[in-house]
Amino acid sequence: MYFLIIMKKKYSPINKALVLFCICATLIKPVRAQTDLDAIMMDKKNLCSGIVFNYSNWNNYWEGSFKRDNANIGIVSTQSIAVMGNYGVSGKLNLLFSLPYIQTKASAGTLIGMKGLQDLSLFAKYMPLEKNILKGTLSLYAIGGVTLPVSNYVADFLPMAIGLHSQIIIGRIMADYQKGRFFLTASGTYNYRNNINIDRTAYYTTQMHLTNEVEMPDVISYNIRAGYRSTFLIAEAVYNNMITQDGFDIRKNDMPFPSNQMNMSSAGINIKYTLHNLPALSIVGGGSTTLTGRNVGQSTGYYGGIFYILDFSKKSISSSASGKRRTSNK
Amino acid sequence: MKRIYFSILFLISSSIIFYSCSKEINGRTDNISALDPANTDSNGGVWKTILLTRPDTFIVAAPGAINTPFYTGELNEIKSLQANITSHQKEIVNYWGAGSVLRWNEIMRELVAKYNLPPYQNADGSYPTPSAANPFAYPLFPFANPPYAARAYAYIAAAQYDALVAAWHYKKLYKRAAPYVNDGSLNSLLPKSSLPSYPSEDAVLAGVTAEMMKLFFPTEIGYIEQKVTEAEYARLLAGTNVRSDIVAGEALGRAVAKVFVARGRTDNAGKAVGTPSDWAKMETDCAARGETPWISQESPKRPPMLCFFGNVKSFILDSTTAFSLHPSAPPSTGSQLFANETNEILNMTKNLTRDQIQLVHYWADGAGTYTPPGHWNAIAADDFIQKKYSELRWARNMALLNISMMDAVIVCWGTKYQYFTPRPSQVNPAIKTVTGLPNFPSYVSGHSTFSGAAAEILGYIIPEKAAAYNSMAADASISRMYGGLHYRSDCEKGIDAGKKIGHYAVLRAKTDGAD
Repeated sequence: MYFLIIMKKKYSPINKALVLFCICATLIKPVRAQTDLDAIMMDKKNLCSGIVFNYSNWNNYWEGSFKRDNANIGIVSTQSIAVMGNYGVSGKLNLLFSLPYIQTKASAGTLIGMKGLQDLSLFAKYMPLEKNILKGTLSLYAIGGVTLPVSNYVADFLPMAIGLHSQIIIGRIMADYQKGRFFLTASGTYNYRNNINIDRTAYYTTQMHLTNEVEMPDVISYNIRAGYRSTFLIAEAVYNNMITQDGFDIRKNDMPFPSNQMNMSSAGINIKYTLHNLPALSIVGGGSTTLTGRNVGQSTGYYGGIFYILDFSKKSISSSASGKRRTSNK
Repeated sequence: MKRIYFSILFLISSSIIFYSCSKEINGRTDNISALDPANTDSNGGVWKTILLTRPDTFIVAAPGAINTPFYTGELNEIKSLQANITSHQKEIVNYWGAGSVLRWNEIMRELVAKYNLPPYQNADGSYPTPSAANPFAYPLFPFANPPYAARAYAYIAAAQYDALVAAWHYKKLYKRAAPYVNDGSLNSLLPKSSLPSYPSEDAVLAGVTAEMMKLFFPTEIGYIEQKVTEAEYARLLAGTNVRSDIVAGEALGRAVAKVFVARGRTDNAGKAVGTPSDWAKMETDCAARGETPWISQESPKRPPMLCFFGNVKSFILDSTTAFSLHPSAPPSTGSQLFANETNEILNMTKNLTRDQIQLVHYWADGAGTYTPPGHWNAIAADDFIQKKYSELRWARNMALLNISMMDAVIVCWGTKYQYFTPRPSQVNPAIKTVTGLPNFPSYVSGHSTFSGAAAEILGYIIPEKAAAYNSMAADASISRMYGGLHYRSDCEKGIDAGKKIGHYAVLRAKTDGAD
């Protein structure tokens, strides 16, 4: 099986952090600390884990297609700290997790900020194919995961809520092509979102609902990233687009609601730098901004984080962490 | 090995998807069974009306005899409709079969939620006011805020009740039995009743509600008339009424509504908005009393909501009684007690439990919702469904509930603008709110006043639930403290005033002939 795989192109340290930036642009703050959107796999029995800090804020938001500000909330900001990890079951199968703690704040008005542990994301990333084509390497990935709220946080208090409290099942197909040190990655994602329960027993969308259960529309997103990828430095530009498959618009001067049709596109950059003299350690950082949106905040965010690799393979941990793998990479 | 992992993950994910694939949600009353009253209240035509001076103020002509070709034609209409009934038509029959008072109440709540949005500001920072004369222009008329909604619920419920008393009067007078009684071969798709079918109570309700809606939700007349047609068609399809039952009922309903509409046009609600000089005077008068006046915490500053709603003509209370029920003065804004009460709210909001937040949101009923009076309608409706009331008793109980809450709003709003007390978050900006801050003075709490009144009258109507209603009212009241919106005095005095108002409704209920 997979006999065609000759070369290994693996940059072990992960940069899942990168995904946080795009999620923070919604009116609802981080929808989820989502899966890995990059084409980087950990080696077998290697665990890369780290901490990422994120800050994002917005001043303008869209009520449907109407862009406005709101002096009763001012600037809505979100800070989060997330723990993340990526474990290599094998070079072709990685398991990932992330769990953020999030805090929101409005700079004006009276609305109270919210905080708490949000959603645990668990993913499996599988690379069934890696093939040399046109002097480059093409690899394909199938990614599946779930996002599970870990605390009883309030979803129905947008824009201050820390999340939507929906259980999400995620399926993603991704392709990556690398030639020399330049690469292009593209992925498409389907998010199946379970219904949620809110604290009140009736709510209005485009009609009255006499229930505390809210039907959550699914989300499709795609992501394109391209840039420079070498052993010690990755720098990329990212475009992300998210389209909620149903849902309704915020009415004029109404509050947002978890089942709004939240759409957005965003662009950003990510950088990951691995230390030459301590290759198990890497530093990530980046930022992104919202280009277009519907029922979301026009968010701009920044993040920074630090990751460390532990090698549980037969070789000693120290030898692995010293960057052996790296030198074996292209 | 990796294949196994992947297969396991795939299996788990797909089974979760399969398990949870259906997202369809049913509302609490979507599939309830048809109303089959435990008691038809056949003598209800003598119950005490609210505005009508007599049940036969509006003449309903005697129905034609049943042994005529005309009536036979009416029966044949039903039979032909039933012979070709579609599943969609059956759904309509079942929907309205649950009870017309219930369904119209739900439609009302939906419209209130739809229209309960504060207008967006003008470019110069002022706010447009919805105009009944030009209801289709933004901001759409009405802004169905809690006072507006309470008044709309009350008028429509009261008009429905009076119209049904008149209907019951004529039912007893003419004693024309239902089509399935007059023709044994005719099916009824809904529970049969010994109550005479002329005039149709469902058509009375459709007619009276539609006419009232023209006053309260003028941009929805088209939608409402569609519902009228549907509600009446449902009774023909069901075989519970012939067309002449329905025609007579709708006409009676529309006639009775005119009495309520005329009152509504002259009850002072149209003057409740006030003018910039009125708002300024309230502020300076308050300051002249040595108190800190309320200031809008919205940006741009929004005029206080319906500052003269306290002058609206009440239903149960006369104006002197209404004024006498205004709670006594709140703690002075300069007093130690006031400072203590403010600190209490600061401390509460800084240490909220999840259960307390849940209570805040459960009872918030803010912008975009059916308002707190709508919430109490929902609570009442859920319980009335269990009681299998006749449509007349449904209407009577809904009327008692809603005129109580409207009078509670009148007393509450009068008190708010009498004292013009600042909100906790104005006095101490460190106090943050767990839901939207209402844009009107603090003392006394509207939620507490409505809820006190609602719990009092509902506790009379369903005595075995009196303790539960009181507990709900206490929850609604304290939720406003957890929310950072009200002081303890606002809530305690509010609930007391509400209960007193509710008691007047109880006195009426005891003597209206229904109990």
